[in-house]
Amino acid sequence: MSTIILLLITGLGLGALYFLVASGLSLIYGLMGVLNFAHGSFLTLGAFAGWELSRRMGGESWGTLIASMLLGMVVGAAVAAATEFLLIRRLYNRHIEQVLVTVGLALATVALFEGIWGTDPIYVTAPPWLSQTTEILGARVPNDRFLMIGAAVLVLLGIVAFLRYTRFGLIIRAGVENRSMVTALGIDVRKAFTVVFAIGGAAAGLGGVLASHYFGYVSPQLGGSLLIFAFIVTVIGGLGSLAGAAIASVVVAVLQQFANYFWGGTGDLMVVLLLAVVLLVRPTGILGKKA
Amino acid sequence: MTESILTVAGLNANIEGQQVVEDVSFEMLPVGVTALLGRNGVGKTSTLRAIMGLIERSGEVTIAGERVDREPTHRIVQRGVGYVPEDREVFASLTVNENLRLAERDSAPNRQLIEELFPDLIARAGQLAGTLSGGQQQMVSLARALVNDNRVLLVDEPTKGLAPLIVMDVAKALERAAQTVPVLLVEQNLQVVRMLAEKAIVLEGGRVVYDGSAEELLGNEALTKELLGVA
Repeated sequence: MSTIILLLITGLGLGALYFLVASGLSLIYGLMGVLNFAHGSFLTLGAFAGWELSRRMGGESWGTLIASMLLGMVVGAAVAAATEFLLIRRLYNRHIEQVLVTVGLALATVALFEGIWGTDPIYVTAPPWLSQTTEILGARVPNDRFLMIGAAVLVLLGIVAFLRYTRFGLIIRAGVENRSMVTALGIDVRKAFTVVFAIGGAAAGLGGVLASHYFGYVSPQLGGSLLIFAFIVTVIGGLGSLAGAAIASVVVAVLQQFANYFWGGTGDLMVVLLLAVVLLVRPTGILGKKA
Repeated sequence: MTESILTVAGLNANIEGQQVVEDVSFEMLPVGVTALLGRNGVGKTSTLRAIMGLIERSGEVTIAGERVDREPTHRIVQRGVGYVPEDREVFASLTVNENLRLAERDSAPNRQLIEELFPDLIARAGQLAGTLSGGQQQMVSLARALVNDNRVLLVDEPTKGLAPLIVMDVAKALERAAQTVPVLLVEQNLQVVRMLAEKAIVLEGGRVVYDGSAEELLGNEALTKELLGVA
């Protein structure tokens, strides 16, 4: 029983990271039809920004951790908004060019990060509580998982509230459904594009800081490794669906944890098989809309 | 006669490389309803979409004397153009009230007019637009255009697929709207055209083949049959 509890909660923690990356991917695709392969770079840069702050302020205090999370969000949002404004805006409805530009940006930024911070993992320090465990029904659960889960829940609630109660949120929800009709109501939908990129970048930047604590290090490849699973989560959840991304994040991460433990480290294989099954049975994903 | 609110000159439009509107020129009446007619597939909807900048186009489009053909769609709308698209295009996942709020550009939107014209919508303000009947969705689509003080309305087949009783409700709403704003109406239902339109423009093969009185056109059975395929 304790093993099941441990796997469930660690799965939820990993799922929280996947959600922080996938939420932005899903919103960006839903509104703009852009598959953003550079999204992992926002995460990595957020992680490095958080680590830079942490090493200057002393990484063991909660104040530093919270400040690094906020900085990760700000850096992620700023870089994502700049990417949309400078590169993506000129390429709407030009999908091949979008892929080429975002893949190129992802490769270039990894090389840039390696040039600045080196290729080796840099280990992070955190408040001591995060490296301790808490016993739940006999399972000793690492405390950092609770931080991941709490942050992801707050981000989910924040994005839902933003989409539900603000005019930009209304524009984004309508734009996901029918972008040209939004413009036909006199709304400059490009502003919403920038806002969505910034929201996605902020979630990814926060995810970067949290991922560096989950894995214990930050490296230039951090974003790329999480991006693969975030894409899988986005497709399984349904492109454009925030709720779908949340559900799929949990399903994928928990499946991964259980398969790794019970079926000899086959977690990644099981996730890919799940993706194949979903694409065959329900090509639009769990909560995706039919074209 | 006062200056036309909407003038189109030499308008061409393409969809995926195929020309769907060819050298179309006309002027709208400054008041009342101007009907844009023609058989299926002649380019009526494409003409409206080209005026709105929703498809690739060239040529001149002038609203109240100012060229707008190089402007993006949202700017054209902000100049006071209300658009009711074919097939309604309501936002199904938004409520009726959210559909209206999204459309509101003015600081003092015409909510009172909407309440008068479509009381049923007010009762259904919290209902998801996707769960409404076709007629109710058409009311939402019209209400989105009427909630602002526009200078011109472009209305595309508002009675398409509706029950006869609802068709008359829609026609009456348009008649009321046309008292305050000129309407360019694409419509297949000639009974509605007879009821509303003073001027008619007929397209064939993407070109204008008739530009004159709606009454004269529809009063001439042979001409109506020749140009529209129905009498």
